[in-house]
Amino acid sequence: MNGTLAIPIPNLRSRPIIWREVLLSVLARVMVIIPLCVLALILGQMVWGGIGTISWEFLSQVPQEGMTKGGIFPCIFGTLAITLLMILIALPLGVGAAIYLVEYAGQGWVFRVIRAAVNNLAGVPSIIFGLFGVGFFILFVGRNVDHVLQTGLLFGQPCMLWAAATLAVLVLPVIIVSTEEALNAVPQSHRSASLALGATKWQTIRDVVLPQARGGILTGAILSISRGAGETAPILFTGCAYFLPRLPVVNLFGVIPVINPFDQFMELSYHIFIMTTQSMDAVQTLPIQYGTTLVLIGLTFLLNLTAIVFRIHFRKRLGCVSIQ
Amino acid sequence: MQRHFDEELLELKGELLRMASLAEESIAKAVKALVERDGRLAQNVIDSDEEINMLEIEIDEICLKLLALRQPIAKDLRLITSAMKINSDLERIGDLSVNIAQRTLDLLEEPLLKPLLDISRMAKLAQKMVKDSLDAFVRQDAGLAREVCRRDDIVDMLNHQIFRELLTYMLQDPRNIHRSVDLILIGRHLERIADHATNIGEDVFYMVQGRTIKHHIEEKMAESKK
Amino acid sequence: MEYVKPAVLFKRSMVALGPYQEEEKPVENDMTGKSQLDLTELKKRSENFQNPFVKIKARNLSVYYGQTAALSNVSMEIRKQAVTALIGPSGCGKSTFLRTLNRMNDTIPGTRVTGKVFIDNINIYDPDINVVALRRMVGMVFQKSNPFPKSIVDNAAYGLRLHGIRDRDVLEEKVEESLRKAALWDEVKDRLHSSALELSGGQQQRLCIARALAVDPEILLMDEPASALDPISTAKIEELIHALKKDYTIVIVTHNMQQAARVSDYTAFFLLGEMVEYDHTQKIFEVPKDKRTEDYITGRFG
Repeated sequence: MNGTLAIPIPNLRSRPIIWREVLLSVLARVMVIIPLCVLALILGQMVWGGIGTISWEFLSQVPQEGMTKGGIFPCIFGTLAITLLMILIALPLGVGAAIYLVEYAGQGWVFRVIRAAVNNLAGVPSIIFGLFGVGFFILFVGRNVDHVLQTGLLFGQPCMLWAAATLAVLVLPVIIVSTEEALNAVPQSHRSASLALGATKWQTIRDVVLPQARGGILTGAILSISRGAGETAPILFTGCAYFLPRLPVVNLFGVIPVINPFDQFMELSYHIFIMTTQSMDAVQTLPIQYGTTLVLIGLTFLLNLTAIVFRIHFRKRLGCVSIQ
Repeated sequence: MQRHFDEELLELKGELLRMASLAEESIAKAVKALVERDGRLAQNVIDSDEEINMLEIEIDEICLKLLALRQPIAKDLRLITSAMKINSDLERIGDLSVNIAQRTLDLLEEPLLKPLLDISRMAKLAQKMVKDSLDAFVRQDAGLAREVCRRDDIVDMLNHQIFRELLTYMLQDPRNIHRSVDLILIGRHLERIADHATNIGEDVFYMVQGRTIKHHIEEKMAESKK
Repeated sequence: MEYVKPAVLFKRSMVALGPYQEEEKPVENDMTGKSQLDLTELKKRSENFQNPFVKIKARNLSVYYGQTAALSNVSMEIRKQAVTALIGPSGCGKSTFLRTLNRMNDTIPGTRVTGKVFIDNINIYDPDINVVALRRMVGMVFQKSNPFPKSIVDNAAYGLRLHGIRDRDVLEEKVEESLRKAALWDEVKDRLHSSALELSGGQQQRLCIARALAVDPEILLMDEPASALDPISTAKIEELIHALKKDYTIVIVTHNMQQAARVSDYTAFFLLGEMVEYDHTQKIFEVPKDKRTEDYITGRFG
């Protein structure tokens, strides 16, 4: 014994098969395959059931004969209109909040309270938002506005504006978090460089930070649109109509057609909901249900695709070509 | 913090000291050969100069290597540049010892002109200066280094004295001229050795203190300020 | 919009304050030769006059991050049209000191600065100081080259646009001038509108220098400008610093001692928030006075 501890050298040519390793890797693969299968199953069923219904008439006509015939055009229009209105409300609010959180709030208790609030907001069930919308927007805000302006019952009833506002509150956390991430991804050194050149804080945010965060913000906005477009519960009581023979459109100055935010509207997900649960003959309308679902999924998918394209585009413009 | 560089500097110092001891030995042997009229010893001095020359090249290489690879600054820089200068001074001292030995061989062909009192005194002084300047180098002793430089005046004086004395011998009898010139040259060599020792002392002073005392620069500066 | 040099703007904005004078007013010699004060007193007071060679003067400058002092009681004068290097181990306060000179420390929450910094005899820590005008006069270049993800031209013109210059001719002229000064013009003149991120690391850093130069600063602060560059790019930056010295007062923080020795005329050594030694660069690297300086620069530190 010379006192040194000799570690035996294993035989290099004896490759063992470690069954535990093999088992775990197989298990991990199965775990990935299961959700993929579920997704494929759902999509497959939707396409199988709905592809036959999709036609130009289906997309462009109004529902007829108690919604057993005709198309779903008002629903598509309503969905697009409400998401547009929603994003117009949610984007400035969310981006503003994120800018405050990242650039101004520091790390104090105010910051922590707001962060906690945003995270909790994301966890609230959507039906609660719906009830909040009724209670706050329609009954509290709307009725009071009516009272002050002496407009009878113009604002104090369900309409597209309140539904959009409710959805905006719902998607606010998505926008705030994604914008925050986008802002944090802008290198601190760029802010320093701008400040050192004599820029004010706001000039720095406007000229250096926001242009670089634009891609991330837009991605967040589109994701929130696709989330909002699929929600039923928040609009259930705040503005959705079971059936509406006209589009929620008003002619501005009598000539320019614009979305009327004070009208009620039809919407895709709500349409599916009522057709499956409330309609007189659920079996007869089955193809229409499938078709509507397919349109909704297609729309959401399209929006997500746009988000991805946007992200790649902005990455490229920022000089990093890697696509993640 | 211990640096690998310190080991290299230590190696440089060691080599330089080896060179110094060779140079000192060379002077000592040359003077001994002169006083004891020992032809073989003188020849030995001439032969062993080769070793000093080789060592000079080696030390030069070490210094250049350290300058190139370590890019020394401050104390380290002063040490290495001083080492280079001391190195060449020591090599010159070796050469001068050889010159003395050659004069000695020349002198052996004739009887002694006179007892070599002043010359051996001068040799001792010069030898001590070389030794002390190297001691100052080893001990980083700026005081000793400066003191060595001051001793140069005594050696100069002795040299002058020897010159005048030998001049009278030459005037007395032209047959003395050959031996007198040899002795004058030996005195001159010893004086040069002392000068090189002074140079070493000045370099050591710069190395330790970071300011120069060459050419009485400080006195001159003080004077010009007045 | 008329283009006005920032230094002029800065000084105009300061006119209301009047030139800075310390507590006592200097006593004028009444030409009779009988000065009221003895020589040492006069000499002491003469330090209150502005030395024409001094650009920046720090007096008892301390910086605290929360409770910890990052810089304590530093007083030093920085010469005009010279390169002053700040060296020292990490966390010694050299970068903090640099950032006090354009008040970039203001952007870090919880920072407190005491003492005074005079630039051309104006205390930049006066409450009335326009920090935006100050930062325009005191340009800064950072350790990591940080061009904005914009075109080369937009990068160089960023500061100018910020200060309200819209005239295309003025912009073009200033951009070319600053790129030339930064020794980058010949390399990029054919692709001014391509992205700055396509440039090499060294070119990016020179673009950052051009960006800082475009707004006509008088002082250039550099925080380890070459630490992330290869030797050739580093050499180019160093050459550039040397060329810029005749027009600007340059203060450079560097970890690379050889670089400090190569580029600077004066060197200050910082340790633990204090300025230990400040002298001609040659003195510092040949014969440092302080043992701590010597230990640090020869690598015996620690």
